[in-house]
Amino acid sequence: MAGGQERILKERIRSVSATKKITRAMELIAASRIVKAQARVTAAVPYSEQITEVVKDLAAGGASSDSPMLAGRDEIRHTCYVVITADRGLCGGYNSGTQRAAEGEIKADVLAGRDYTVIPIGRKADGYFRFRGYNLGKPFNGFSDQPSYEDARKIGEHVVELFVSGQVDKVELVYTRFVSAGSQEVVLRPLVPLRADTVEGGDGKPAGAEGPGGDYEFEPDPETILDTLLPRYVEARVYAALLNAAASEHAFRQRAMKSATDNAEDLIESLSRIMNRARQDSITTEIMEIVGGAEALDADDEDSPYLDLGDEIYEQIQQADSGATL
Amino acid sequence: MPEPLIVEVVSPEAVLYTGEADMVITRTLGGGEVAFQAGHAAFLGALVENHARIFQTDGTIQDIAIHRGFVEVSGAPTKVSILSDTAELAQDIDVDRAKEALERHLHTLRNEKIEENIAEAIAGRDRAQVRIATGGNFSA
Repeated sequence: MAGGQERILKERIRSVSATKKITRAMELIAASRIVKAQARVTAAVPYSEQITEVVKDLAAGGASSDSPMLAGRDEIRHTCYVVITADRGLCGGYNSGTQRAAEGEIKADVLAGRDYTVIPIGRKADGYFRFRGYNLGKPFNGFSDQPSYEDARKIGEHVVELFVSGQVDKVELVYTRFVSAGSQEVVLRPLVPLRADTVEGGDGKPAGAEGPGGDYEFEPDPETILDTLLPRYVEARVYAALLNAAASEHAFRQRAMKSATDNAEDLIESLSRIMNRARQDSITTEIMEIVGGAEALDADDEDSPYLDLGDEIYEQIQQADSGATL
Repeated sequence: MPEPLIVEVVSPEAVLYTGEADMVITRTLGGGEVAFQAGHAAFLGALVENHARIFQTDGTIQDIAIHRGFVEVSGAPTKVSILSDTAELAQDIDVDRAKEALERHLHTLRNEKIEENIAEAIAGRDRAQVRIATGGNFSA
């Protein structure tokens, strides 16, 4: 009956409002975390700037570049992609952005006959690439929304090891750069080998021409410093990427949850309209039934189901009919 | 009175310390302890586990435990930047915990046969010793 439909609608409205509460809460949490994540991105800047500075000073001071991490391979046969995604979904196109970018690169590699390995950072990338049967390397996950330097160090050590041991010829980092709360972009950045242009343009900052340079004293010799420094430098780069990705994740999630909340509101509104109409319909039907029923009962009391209007009215009707035909 | 040094201790997660000082002492890889004062020549060094001391201009000493990193000295006025992926200010160190850790690592070193674990214990022992040296000074 009509009342049944109304009950179903009421149930749906209740479930949509419950969902709305959840998405609203997630939106607020994400919004508050963006600020924190952004502060961490900013806090990491001094270290990464200074370490870049040191690398440049070392290069200027004549550290020879026969470190294996600086030497590019003549032929790139095996590329390693470090793809950074979130551990959880519900963040709009955030995960698919980096996944698709990496997938495009991999397809190009496969067409050109080159080998590849994907190192998935975050559970989503792990699941995505595993399900599709890509060549997976060691996965890292469980820290996507609050990465620590320790996490970056593990990833850094792993990729440096892969590169130095000759298993891969190039390591690329695929992540979402946090430009501002309103805009993030998926970027693909070379990580190892380190080249002069990689080092200088590393953090998107132009190389500043300051400092005396050249006249440094080194202890121990420049080569040893460089050898210990370069892995740290890679870690700092990975760390910066992780922080950027975390901030982007929160921004994406906030936006996705905001539109989910708005959508739930619209849905509740249109469902309430339908429900009100259904209720009105059922009330009308009920009244009709009551009236009909009452009349039927009344009619039962007298014998005839019809009202006797009397002969006078019958004649008047006949007259009106004949008058109308004339 | 010469110009003070500008000192900065930076870790990837935060700037731990900034301030002015008369002298900074730390220890480089293979070179032993090294002290910097204003006007020091430009210098670049890799650091080992060490207990760094910053002699601040107000006469107090800031102790810092540095677990590997780099030091760069440059410019006029002289600026000392210590980069470390893990550094701790003396007041943030839990000395009792460090002592416990030291015990544990020494115990491991006495009994352990697997090379990897030994290396880990040595690193842990050094870390704990630096922490105790740094934090102990602060509480004394």
